[in-house]
Amino acid sequence: MMPQKSTVASSTARHAASREDPVWVRVLLIGLAFLVIGVLIVIPVANVFYQAFRGGAGVYWKNLVSDPDTRHSIFLTLTVAPVAVALNVVFGVAAAWLITRFKFPGRTFLTTLLDLPFAISPVVAGLMFMLMFGLQGYMGPWLRDHGIKIVFAYPGLVLVTAFVTMPFIARELIPVMDAIGSDEEIAAVSLGANGWQTFWRITIPNIKWGLLYGVILCNARAMGEFGAVHVVSGHISGQTDTMPLRVEKLFQEYNNPGSFAVASVLTALAIVTLFLKIWLEHKTSHELAEARDVGVT
Amino acid sequence: MSISVKGITKHFGKFTALDNVSLEVPNGQLTALLGPSGSGKTTLLRIIAGLETPDDGTVMSYDQDVTGSSPQDRQVGFVFQHYALFRHMSVFDNVAFGMQVRKKPKDEVRDRVMELLRLVRLEGLERRFPSQLSGGQRQRVALARALAVQPKVLLLDEPFGALDAKVRQELRQWLRRLHDEIHLTSVFVTHDQEEAFEVADQVVVMRGGQIEQAGTPQQVFEHPANPFVMDFLGQVNVFHGRVEDGRAVVGGLEFAYPDYTGVESRNASVYVRPHELDLDNVPFATTHLRARILHINPMGSMARVQLQAEELDFLLHVDVSHERCRELMLAPESKVYVAPKRLRVFIPDFSI
Repeated sequence: MMPQKSTVASSTARHAASREDPVWVRVLLIGLAFLVIGVLIVIPVANVFYQAFRGGAGVYWKNLVSDPDTRHSIFLTLTVAPVAVALNVVFGVAAAWLITRFKFPGRTFLTTLLDLPFAISPVVAGLMFMLMFGLQGYMGPWLRDHGIKIVFAYPGLVLVTAFVTMPFIARELIPVMDAIGSDEEIAAVSLGANGWQTFWRITIPNIKWGLLYGVILCNARAMGEFGAVHVVSGHISGQTDTMPLRVEKLFQEYNNPGSFAVASVLTALAIVTLFLKIWLEHKTSHELAEARDVGVT
Repeated sequence: MSISVKGITKHFGKFTALDNVSLEVPNGQLTALLGPSGSGKTTLLRIIAGLETPDDGTVMSYDQDVTGSSPQDRQVGFVFQHYALFRHMSVFDNVAFGMQVRKKPKDEVRDRVMELLRLVRLEGLERRFPSQLSGGQRQRVALARALAVQPKVLLLDEPFGALDAKVRQELRQWLRRLHDEIHLTSVFVTHDQEEAFEVADQVVVMRGGQIEQAGTPQQVFEHPANPFVMDFLGQVNVFHGRVEDGRAVVGGLEFAYPDYTGVESRNASVYVRPHELDLDNVPFATTHLRARILHINPMGSMARVQLQAEELDFLLHVDVSHERCRELMLAPESKVYVAPKRLRVFIPDFSI
């Protein structure tokens, strides 16, 4: 009896001690955490804006809009990313539907394959497309003979961007659709809805927040993609330079204010994405909670 | 016959869910498919609805072969076990859905939805969302939604399974009244024999993908076709013994059993329900046995007495009214005499 008692006593004592660390330890640890985050994240990010606005708002604006190549890079990013995202919406919804609504051999393998673009280095992804569609690649000569340009042109940029961002939407939707289950879809069919009506009126409204969340993440990555795009773009100023490529080029040309101005736009986009992400995370967890509440009571 | 299925077989991988099942659903009646889980009752319901395709056999609806038709073409209403309400739609939109996908005019849809909500006593809740409703209300929305498409047959999968006992009781009485009002041919699945007996006109008892017995609740309860049905429909005392020459013999006891006239002695089981046994302080004139009372549990209107049979060394359950219980001054450890008022004998592998 006695030894047991003493262990209990000593363990409570230890427990109490862990909650009552000396003030200096707590201050030190918390301070250290803030220091690391400050040095590694906050200061560099803030510095992007500081550098961009160093010459004042007027210069900043001029850096962004007066250079036609910079203007074109913004335009190009704003046209490549939405197309890549749209492709991934179609692909992601179809893949999530397939994986969550059907049982077939190779289903787990397919789910694993979906993650492949995340595992492959973007540079390698770019090279893969060069080897497929480039002049030295398998389909290059045929494409050239038929006058179709893929690499060093807009289609190539869209293709690699779509490839590296492919998993975002499907991965976001699979758990949501799994949790929601197919009961409502079956109910819709039993009430006389056809497949299309079921999809638009039941499936899409149920997954909308999860889908939007995937779109936001996918879009952020698509706009910021550098490595894969770098390989297939060919770096033609005013033609195939996207914003991240333009940032690099301006920096290489010692045009720091211009480089940071473009970089600040990308950074601002990241910050907006972050807030949207927080808001949507709340919405999707609500969607999942409701699935539990209404689905299986 | 509104719905009749013939020779339905369905496999899920190596598991046989239904094995050559044939069933006729009488017009305008409420039929219960009753069985333990895994008996194939839900699969049969889903095949009737067109949500599953049978491997073999045919489904006829009003003399039309609908085996290959989609759920849309069968005009059935289906109520799901967990309701499967559309969570992002209001009660109104849930009920209206079936009509909207059929492109019915707006006025007609609104009138019909309101009429149905009155029918299921949910007037005034049409703007609510499923998450704002109680379990019983959700169930009634699911019912109204299924009725909205004016089905020829209403199919309900464990309609009260997810509700608590009191709500379940209320809802099944209400469903019975509703059925008496609209006389829609209905089939519902349940594993609760009490529910089946209370609500249904016809009870179909299933086990292992086959139908064991079909009939009115009274027929099935009074004349169970086999030991499984007897056992499944409520507590029963089972005595193992033999039959020979018009008698059933259990231990040292003999009962008249004129159904079996063979001279050859066979193994048999004698089944007696707790309410079919009589208790008394003095010996009966007929065959009886002596027993010692172990427990007395009050169960609603009756008391269930648990006894130890003295000569045969096994447990017995007897239902006695509370009045009779007081009259005989029954108490644990007291000795009583037990005699069956009625018994059934099942002989394995024996058919007349």
